[in-house]
Amino acid sequence: MQKHLFLGVEAIGQGAIDGGMSGVYSYPGTPSTEITEFIQENPLAEERNIHRTWTANEKTALETALGMSYAGKRAMSCMKHVGLNVAADVFVNAAMTGVNGGLIVTVADDPSMHSSQNEQDSRFYGKFAMVPVLEPSSQQEAYDMARDGFALSEQTKVPVMLRITTRLAHSRAGVARKEVLPENQLSLPADPRQFILLPAIARRKYKGLLESQNLFLKLSEESIYNRYEEGAEKSLGIIACGIAYNYLMEHYPNGTCPYPVVKISQYPLPENYINRLDQECDEILVLEEGAPMVEEMLKGFFAKGTPIKGRLDGTLPRDGELNPDLIAKALGKQMFSGYAIPEVVANRPPALCMGCGHQDAYVAMNEVLADYSKGRVFSDIGCYTLGALPPYETIFSCVDMGASITMAKGAADAGLIPAVAMIGDSTFAHSGITGLLDAVNEKSSITVVISDNESISMTGGQDSSAFGKIESICIGLGVDPAHIHTIVPLKKNHEEMVRLFREEFAYNGVSVIIPRRECIQRASSRKRNKK
Amino acid sequence: MKSDIILAGVGGQGILSIATALGEAALADNLLIKQAETHGMSQRGGAVYSHMRISDRPISSDLIPGGAADLILSVEPMESLRYLPYLSETGYLVTNITPFVNIPNYPDIEKVMEEIRKLPRFIAIDADAIAKEVGSSRASNMVMLGAASPFIDIEFSKIEAGIRTIFGRKGEEVVNLNLEALRRGRQFAEENR
Repeated sequence: MQKHLFLGVEAIGQGAIDGGMSGVYSYPGTPSTEITEFIQENPLAEERNIHRTWTANEKTALETALGMSYAGKRAMSCMKHVGLNVAADVFVNAAMTGVNGGLIVTVADDPSMHSSQNEQDSRFYGKFAMVPVLEPSSQQEAYDMARDGFALSEQTKVPVMLRITTRLAHSRAGVARKEVLPENQLSLPADPRQFILLPAIARRKYKGLLESQNLFLKLSEESIYNRYEEGAEKSLGIIACGIAYNYLMEHYPNGTCPYPVVKISQYPLPENYINRLDQECDEILVLEEGAPMVEEMLKGFFAKGTPIKGRLDGTLPRDGELNPDLIAKALGKQMFSGYAIPEVVANRPPALCMGCGHQDAYVAMNEVLADYSKGRVFSDIGCYTLGALPPYETIFSCVDMGASITMAKGAADAGLIPAVAMIGDSTFAHSGITGLLDAVNEKSSITVVISDNESISMTGGQDSSAFGKIESICIGLGVDPAHIHTIVPLKKNHEEMVRLFREEFAYNGVSVIIPRRECIQRASSRKRNKK
Repeated sequence: MKSDIILAGVGGQGILSIATALGEAALADNLLIKQAETHGMSQRGGAVYSHMRISDRPISSDLIPGGAADLILSVEPMESLRYLPYLSETGYLVTNITPFVNIPNYPDIEKVMEEIRKLPRFIAIDADAIAKEVGSSRASNMVMLGAASPFIDIEFSKIEAGIRTIFGRKGEEVVNLNLEALRRGRQFAEENR
C-alpha cells in the first residue's frame, strides 16, 4: 500500500477527515496549527464541506465542536497545551455532559518550550476530567487514533483527548491511510436533558462518569495501542509512554529490548500490564514526555514498594523533552558523545523580521517612554513579545493571551500611571476584549496599543477574527472615539506616532492606539500565491 | 543502508527544500524516512535544524542520537558548528561558507572557518557563488545538496529525479538550472574531499 509522508499533525488531519469528521474548530498555536491548516487545504474536506475556518479562541472552538457533537456529528477541536487552559471550562464540563457525535480534543504539548511560555502536560487535564487519553508513539498511530477516536468517543460517550508533543507533531514519516468513513447524520441526543448541567442533573451525570471509569480502564487494558513486551532480564521493567517508546527502541535496533516493556498510548493506565511488570521486575523505569505523571501515580508515598525510577529521582531530568541520549544514560549505556560546540558559536535568537511594523511602533513608543520611569509596558503572546529583547527592551510582561490589558489595568489601579498594554490584533480578539471592557467601566488610566498586522503571524499568517473590526469593537465597548487613533507604522510617520503616544500616555482614561500595517511575511506570501 | 543527517541553517534560508528533495529521492528508492523539523518561533531568523533519518530498516526515534549523525549539512558556516555534538566519529560536515549575519555579535568568519577546518572530514563550499554561476542565487541549496550527495547512500540519479519531481511544475528551465546546481555541488565535493 502506498504510504504518505506525513508530519504528525498532518496525519491527525487526514485521520480526522477519514474518520468521518464534519467539523474542525481551532485557534492556531504551535505545535498544533498545521492540523487545521491541512484540513483547510484538503480536497476531500472541501468536497465534503467540512467546517474548517479558525475560531476566535480555544474556548469558542471547543464549545462549537461540542455543539456539533450535540447535533450528532463528529467534531474535533485542536489547540496547543496552554490553549486548553482557555478551553478548560468547557473541556471539564463536556466530560460531564458527555457527547452525542464523537468528539476528539487534540492537544499539542510543547516540552522544552520551543514556542511556549510553559511546558504543562495535558494528560493531567485528561485525568482531571476523567476521560480517555490517547498518546501516539508514531505518525501511523496518530492517524489511526484520529480516525478511530470518534468511535471511541461514541462508545464511551465522553470526549476523547488526543495528546501529542512537539517532536511527533513536527516530524514526518510514512503513513498508510485506511478506508474513508461516512459522516454521521444529524441526530439530537436521545436524552433531551443530557446537556443540561443543572445541579440535580449534574449530580446524576457525575455518578455516571464515575461509573464509566471501569469501562475506560477495560478499554485501556484491551487497547491495541497498549501492550506488554516480554523481556528475559527482570532486574528492570520499563514503562514507555507515547513517543518515549521510540527513543527507548532506538537503542535496540533489532526490535527487542532485553527488559520487559509496557508500551502505553492509551489512558487510564492499563493496570493489568503494570501489575504484571511490578510482580516480575526488581525496579521500574518510567519514560514519559512531559511531567512525571505516571511516575507520581506509581510511586508510593512511603516508598515501600518496587523502586520507581524516572524524572523524580534524577534518573532523567525533571524538565524538558526526552531524547535518545537521555534514555541511553538512564539505561546505563555508554555512547560516543560527538564533538563539543566551539566557543566561537554565538546564539541566534529569533527576531522581528526586517521591515515589520511592530518595530516602528516600538521605536516610537521608546522615544516617549524615555520621559517616564521604566517598567510600564505590559505585553502579550505574539511576535511583538520579541520587543522584550534588544534593541527594544520595551516590554515587561508576557503571561497569557490577553493579560497585557488586564495587568496594565491592575498596575494602574495600584498607582502606576500611565500603564501601557501592547497587544496584537488576533490576541486582542482572542482574549483582550473583556479586559478592555473592565478598563472602560472603571475609566482606568491605561493606553492600549493594538499593534495590528492583520494576521496571526507567529503561527504562520492565519486569518485574524478581528480583521477590519477593531475600531468598531473598541467603540462598542465604550472607548471614547476621540481617544482611538489609527496610524500606519512606517518611518515617515514616526513623528506623528510619537505625538500620539505622548498625548495618549498623558490622558487620564482609556485610550487605544492602533498601528496598522500588514505582516510583511503574510504580504509576501500573498504576493507569491497571486503569481 | 542508513543515513542520519542534520540539516542546519537560519529561519528563512529554506533548509526544508533540501529535506523535500532528499525525501523524494528516498521514497523513490523504497527507503524509510523520519524527519523532524523546526516550526514556530525560531522560524523568525533564529537557528533552525532538521533531523533527517533515511534507512532500509524501520526507524525508531524521530531524533538522531548524539554522536550518531553521518552528515551535518549546513547552509550557513556558524550554524554547521552548532550541531557538532551530533556528528559521529566517521561523519562528514558539509557547509556553505557564506555567513548569514543577522545578529550584532556574529563572530569573525575566519575563526568560524578555523573551527571547521579542525574537523577530520569536511567540505566547505561557496554555494552562493556556484549558484550565481549556474544562473540563480536561489539554487544555492541544491548546490549544497549536491555537495553532500557523495556522503549519502542514495543513488545520485534518484536525487536528480527528486529534483525533477519538486521543480517539475515550474518548467524545464528551472529543473535544468537546479540539476546543474546539484551536479556542480557534487563535482566540488568529489574534487575536494
